Amino acid sequence: MQSNAALEYDYSVAKLFTYATILFGILGMSVGVLIAAQLAFPELNYLFGEYGTFSRLRPVHTNTVIFGFMISGIWATYYYLSQRVLKVSMAESKFLMFIGKLHFWLYFVGALAAVVSLLLGISASKEYAEFEWPIDIVIVLVWVLWGISMFGLIGIRREKSLYISMWYFIATFLGVAMLYLFNNMEVPTYFVSGGIGSIMNSVSMYSGTNDALVQWWYGHNAVAFVFTVPIIAMNYYFLPKESGQAIYSYKLSLLSFWGLMFVYLWAGSHHLIYSTVPDWMQTMGSIFSVILILPSWGSAINMLLTMKGEWNQLTENPIIKLLVLGSTFYMLSTIEGPIQSIKSVNAIAHFTDWIPGHVHDGVLGWVGFMTFAGLLHMAPRMFKREIHSKKLIELQFWLQTTGIVLYFTAMWIAGITQGMMWRAVDEYGNLMYSFIDTVAALHPYWVIRTLAGVLYLSGVFIFAYNMIKTMTSSKELAQEPKNQSPMAA
Amino acid sequence: MINLVEVQGYARIIMTIVLVIILYGYILHLYRSEKKGERDYEKYGKIALDDDITSTPVEKNPNLHQKKEGEK
Repeated sequence: MQSNAALEYDYSVAKLFTYATILFGILGMSVGVLIAAQLAFPELNYLFGEYGTFSRLRPVHTNTVIFGFMISGIWATYYYLSQRVLKVSMAESKFLMFIGKLHFWLYFVGALAAVVSLLLGISASKEYAEFEWPIDIVIVLVWVLWGISMFGLIGIRREKSLYISMWYFIATFLGVAMLYLFNNMEVPTYFVSGGIGSIMNSVSMYSGTNDALVQWWYGHNAVAFVFTVPIIAMNYYFLPKESGQAIYSYKLSLLSFWGLMFVYLWAGSHHLIYSTVPDWMQTMGSIFSVILILPSWGSAINMLLTMKGEWNQLTENPIIKLLVLGSTFYMLSTIEGPIQSIKSVNAIAHFTDWIPGHVHDGVLGWVGFMTFAGLLHMAPRMFKREIHSKKLIELQFWLQTTGIVLYFTAMWIAGITQGMMWRAVDEYGNLMYSFIDTVAALHPYWVIRTLAGVLYLSGVFIFAYNMIKTMTSSKELAQEPKNQSPMAA
Repeated sequence: MINLVEVQGYARIIMTIVLVIILYGYILHLYRSEKKGERDYEKYGKIALDDDITSTPVEKNPNLHQKKEGEK
């Protein structure tokens, strides 16, 4: 038998991704607040010339939070918890350690190049797939490195069974690989225009309705495999570990996993209701979206029932607060999405502010809270110091919760108002309102959204400060905490 | 005459039905194998709770074990 006396988990790669999560979180969400303000106050579009316009900054916001903040967060938590549930240290394999570090640095350089390319206006013009082909190639390489890293670690594991979180990480790896490759099939315009186009600018290999279908199959499943699947992986580890309670039902976690895999991939066509895609496909998109409630709530209820008999922890431990409210926001978001995908509701909701409202109660409440909770749980174990301040986590929690509630309520009201105004006709069948009438009516809600963004972003800064203080100057810990993370008042 | 779009539609419905049968089959399999005492799925929940590097695995990886033995 191998001696484990001096063996410890190696968090060097997890730490690097933790720093990147904080950096990209601040960058991406600051740009988000700025563009929210630009919608309310259009003169803010002219602060930085062409680099400060809404059209230039919107993809910077979405891509920085998705591929910067979130992907870093996924990898930070992956490199932390995969070792623990597989019971093997990365320090046991020099090769995997090298791959892990290469994975981070290639990703980090690629992500910075991606942000710069979007600021320069280099874009393939497909939503959430704006990166041009050289960046796409870097992303594919980064993804392959993650695959080598993950399956390499699985190959040398001590624990035979893969814990449910690993199932979700593997699904993330496979899902995004498939989606990204197919949706980013593109050709530089230079080659399709007889030499007058550009090498740097490309067009999709699909056209018209087919392009739209592939795009939304990708777009919706990017939500599935970046914003849902790996976040469930985090929750299934961090909630039991922080609370000291095993998952309420392991079988339910397995059922929900396969249910989610089975249903999610079919729901993307709900983005194309009342468009030129075949009618049966639109209907199937709606039906599958409604069925999606079952596996989503299966996971969420499993998470909440994990706290059965231990609800007192909710008042005592702010990390549990983040994890439980995150799960609750997951329930809210996964009931709201199916409602929006029903054809008659979609007729009002589509293209309105209700859609970003829905997205943000999911990403701010579910994705954001889970990531913050995960990193806060990891910090004392990675840096061997207690968390700097419990009060700051409480402050962050309440500022951000208020921000989220303000955001989605404002967007619900704005969206439904917008949808109703667009459809309103007088007794002769003429439209009652022009577009600018809706803009005037929605202005107060856009101001509220900006305020909500400021509140949430303040929470991110508080989180960053708390993490930095934890890393540098908190009280050192003699031994690793078993469950509840130690924190100074 | 059936066109390609209809074929795609029917193919998707048939595939959905097949996948539903597989999914329900899996659920039955999970509960049956636990009822018969062949598997205990709930024990895997402990993997997250007892996750020190020195902890005893819930199920030891036999491949790794054999390899290490073989190396000796």
